[in-house]
Amino acid sequence: MTTMISHLFLQHYWWIIVSLLAGFLVFLMFVQGGQSMIFSLPGNNLHKTMIVNAMGRKWEFTFTTLVTFGGAFFASFPLFYSTSFGGAYWVWIAILFSFTIQAIAYEFRSKPNNVFGKNTFDLFLFVNGSLGPFLLGTAVATFFTGSRFNISIMNQVQWQTPWYGLEALLSIRNLALGFAVLFLARVNGLLYIINTIDNEELTKRAGSRMILNTILFLIFFLFFTVSLLLSKGFAADHATGIITLEKFKYLHNFIQMPVVLIIFLAGVVGVLFGIGISVIKKSVNGIWYSGAGTVLAVFSLLLVAGFNGTSFYPSVYNLQSSLTIWNSSSSLFTLKTMMYVSFLIPFIMAYIWYAWKSINNKKITEEEMKSDEHIY
Amino acid sequence: MIDNIDLTLVDWSRAQFALTAIYHWLFVPLTLGLSFILAIMETIYYKTGKEEWKRITRFWMTLFGINFAIGVATGIILEFEFGTNWSNYSWFVGDIFGAPLAIEGILAFFLESTFVAVMFFGWNKVSKKFHLISTWLVAIGGSLSAVWILVANAWMQNPVGMIFNPETARNEMVDFWAILFNQVAVDKFLHTISSSFLLASMFVLSISSWFLIRKREMFLAKRSILIAGVFGLLSSLMAAYTGDESARTISEVQPVKFAAMEALYDGKSNAGLVAIGLLKDSEKMIGEKSVKDFIFKIEIPDLLSVLTAGDKDGYVQGINDHVSGNENKGIMSVSDKKLRGQYASDILLDFKNGKMNYSSEQLDSINSIFRDKNFQKDYFRYFGYSSINNPEDVIPNVPITFYSFHLMVMLGFLFILIFAMALYFLFKGKISENKWFLWIALLSMPLPYIASELGWILTEVGRQPWIIQDLMPVSKAVSNISSGSVITTFILFAVLFTVLLISEVSIMVRQIKTGPKH
Repeated sequence: MTTMISHLFLQHYWWIIVSLLAGFLVFLMFVQGGQSMIFSLPGNNLHKTMIVNAMGRKWEFTFTTLVTFGGAFFASFPLFYSTSFGGAYWVWIAILFSFTIQAIAYEFRSKPNNVFGKNTFDLFLFVNGSLGPFLLGTAVATFFTGSRFNISIMNQVQWQTPWYGLEALLSIRNLALGFAVLFLARVNGLLYIINTIDNEELTKRAGSRMILNTILFLIFFLFFTVSLLLSKGFAADHATGIITLEKFKYLHNFIQMPVVLIIFLAGVVGVLFGIGISVIKKSVNGIWYSGAGTVLAVFSLLLVAGFNGTSFYPSVYNLQSSLTIWNSSSSLFTLKTMMYVSFLIPFIMAYIWYAWKSINNKKITEEEMKSDEHIY
Repeated sequence: MIDNIDLTLVDWSRAQFALTAIYHWLFVPLTLGLSFILAIMETIYYKTGKEEWKRITRFWMTLFGINFAIGVATGIILEFEFGTNWSNYSWFVGDIFGAPLAIEGILAFFLESTFVAVMFFGWNKVSKKFHLISTWLVAIGGSLSAVWILVANAWMQNPVGMIFNPETARNEMVDFWAILFNQVAVDKFLHTISSSFLLASMFVLSISSWFLIRKREMFLAKRSILIAGVFGLLSSLMAAYTGDESARTISEVQPVKFAAMEALYDGKSNAGLVAIGLLKDSEKMIGEKSVKDFIFKIEIPDLLSVLTAGDKDGYVQGINDHVSGNENKGIMSVSDKKLRGQYASDILLDFKNGKMNYSSEQLDSINSIFRDKNFQKDYFRYFGYSSINNPEDVIPNVPITFYSFHLMVMLGFLFILIFAMALYFLFKGKISENKWFLWIALLSMPLPYIASELGWILTEVGRQPWIIQDLMPVSKAVSNISSGSVITTFILFAVLFTVLLISEVSIMVRQIKTGPKH
C-alpha cells in the first residue's frame, strides 16, 4: 500500500512538473508571437531587425523548454509519448517542421551567401511564429476533447483515422484553443517588445496592436473555457481503471480543486493586468504580469486535465484506451529517480534568471543594431 | 506483437531515422569539440589580456554559431522521432530510455542554451570573467548532453539494469547506476567525445591552413594551429585508445557485430587482425545469405585474439558460432535462443490474453516468473528471438559493418599523423613553407566527418536486426502508421535538411573567406 501511495504521489508530482513546463513553454512562446508579426508590425527595416534580435536572443529558451517538455513527458508518461507521437503523427511532424526551420532562421537570415535570401528565412520565422503556437494549442486541446485511438493489450497504439492527428483541426474547440494560444503568444510578444526595445516609434506600434490581439485572444479563450466547463469530461476511476463520460467534469474539477481554480483565476487576472498596465499606464513591465499569468493559467488547465480522476489523453474511439496519469506513467523507481533530478530545477531557474538579467540589463538600441556585434 | 508488419513501413522508418541521425551528426561533433577550443582560446585571452586572442576567439565563435543552429534544428526531430516513428519501442523501453532524454534536457540543454546566449551577445554586457565562465559552461553543457543520449544508445546495445514487467508489457528500470555506468556507455562516451574533439581540431587546422596558403591572417592561423594541433593530437590518441576499448567491449556484449566487423565467419584461436581487406560473395550460403570471402587481405597474425582475449591462443567467436551454435564453446544457436524467447513470449501472451480471467494468486505467480533471475537469464534475455524467422536473420550487413569499421580505424591513424606533423612543422617554424602539408591539412577537413559517420553506421547497422540487442527486433518497434505518411515525411525532411545544409555550407565558406571582422 505504501508503494502504491508513493507511486500515486509521484505520478501527481510529475504531472505537476510537466504542467509547469507547459506553462513556461506557452509563456516563452512570446518569441513565436513576435515572429508572427515580423511582416506586419515593423514600420521599417530597422524595426524588423530590432524585433528579430529581441526574439532571437530568447528563441533557444523556448526551443529547449519544448525539448525538455517532450523529454519529461517521455520519461514520466511514456504511454502518452508513444500513443500521441506515434498516432497523431502529422500534427507532431508539422510542429517539429516549424521549429526546425526556426532554429536556423535567426542565425542564417542576415549572413551573406545564405543562398535563399533574407526574406526566405524571415518567412521561416513567420511560419514557425504562426503555426507553432497554433498547432501546439490545437494538440493540447485534444487533452480535453479526445482523439480516436485504440491501445492493444501490449499497450501499443493503433490510430483509428487515416489522418493521423490532422483530424484534430476539424474540431472547433481544438481550433479555439489553438487560436487562443496564438493570440496570447502575440500579446506576450508585443509586451516583450515594449519591455526590451528602446525605440519609441516601434513600441508605439506594438502598443497600438495590443487591443486587437487581446480581443481576439479573449474571444477564443472564453469560447474554449466556457465550452470546456459545459462539456462532458472523461472521468477515470482509479480503483477500477474504468473511464466514463461525466457531465460538467471539468467544471467539477475546478469546484472540487479550489486551489486550482484560484491559480487559474490568478493567471487570467495576471494576463489581463499585464495588458492593462501596458495599455493604460504605458508601463513596460506588462510582460512579467502577463507572463506569470500565462504560466499559472496553462498550469492550472493541465492540472484540470490530469487530476481529480480525469483522463488527460482520452480516446473517443475506445474510452477504455484513454490515458490517465496512473495507467500511462513510468514505474515507481524511474519516477523516483527522476524526482531527485528534478530537485535541480530551482538551481537551473536561478541561473537562467541571472543570465537573462545580464543580457537584458541594456535595452536593444538602434546603435547596437548598427554595430558589428552578433546581430541577426 | 504487431500482426502483418509492413516491411515498407519498417524500411522507410529506418531510412528516415538514419537520414535525420546522419544529418544531425554532421553538426554535433563540431559543436562538441569547437566549444572546448573556444573556451581554451578565450581562457588565453582572459589570462593574457591580448586583444589578438579575443579576435581569434570571436572568429571561431562566428563559425560555431552557424554550425550550432543547424545542429539544434536537426536534433529536435531526432528526439521526437523516437515517438513518431518508433512508438512501440518507446513504450517497450520508455521507462528506461525516457529518463536519460529528460535528464539531458533538464541538466544539459538549459545549461547550453542559457549560456550560449551570454557567449554570443554578452561581450559588451557582462564581465570578462562571467563571459569566460559562460563559454566553458556551453562546452560542458554540450558534453553533458552527449553523456545522456549516449547512455540511452548504449542501453540499446547492451540492455542492463532493468526488469520486464508483464503487467505493463515493458522493461522497467531497477538500477540507474548500472544503466549510467554500463561499460558500453562509458566506452561510447569517451570515444564519441574524443572523436568529436579531433573533428573540431581538424576543422580549425584545415581552415587555418587555408589562411596560411593564402598568406592571410598569419597570426590567427598559427595560433589556431597550435591549439588545434595539441588538442587534436591528444584527442586522436584518446580516440584510438577508447576505440580499442570499445571494440573489446563489443566482442563481449555483441559478438555477432564484432564478428561482422572482422568478417569472421568461423570462430578460431590465434585469430589474426585484418588490417585491410576486400570482400566478395562466396559460393557458401547461410540460409539465404551468402557468406563473404576476402578477395585479398593483409592480416596481422594472432592480434585479434590478443586484443580481445589478451592471449594469442584466445578463441574469437565467428558468425557461424552464433547462427548454428558451438557446443564446445558454450554458444547457443539461434534456433535454441528462439525456443527460449518463444517460451518467454508465450507466457507473456498467455498472461495478457487471459489476464481478466486469472485469480490474483495466478497473476502473482506469473509476475514472479518474470522476476525470477534464472528466468531472466535463461529465457527472457532471448525474448526478441521469438520474432526471428530464419537463423541467418541475426547476421547484420557484413560488408557495411566491415568497411565502416576498417575505414574508420585507418582514418583514425591518419589523424594522429596529421596532427603530429602540424605540431612538428609549427615548432620548427616551417609550417608556412610546407605548402604540400597545408594542402593535405586543408583537404583532410571532410575525413573526420566521414570517420565519425562511419562510426555510427557501424554501431547501428552492426546491431541489426535488433533495435534493442536480443530483446526487440527493429520490425517490432515501428509505429503502426501508414508507410505513405513516412515516405512523405522522409522526402520532406530529405529536402529540408539538404536545403539547410547547402545554405549552411555556403554561409560558412563566405564567413571563412571574409575572415575575422572584429
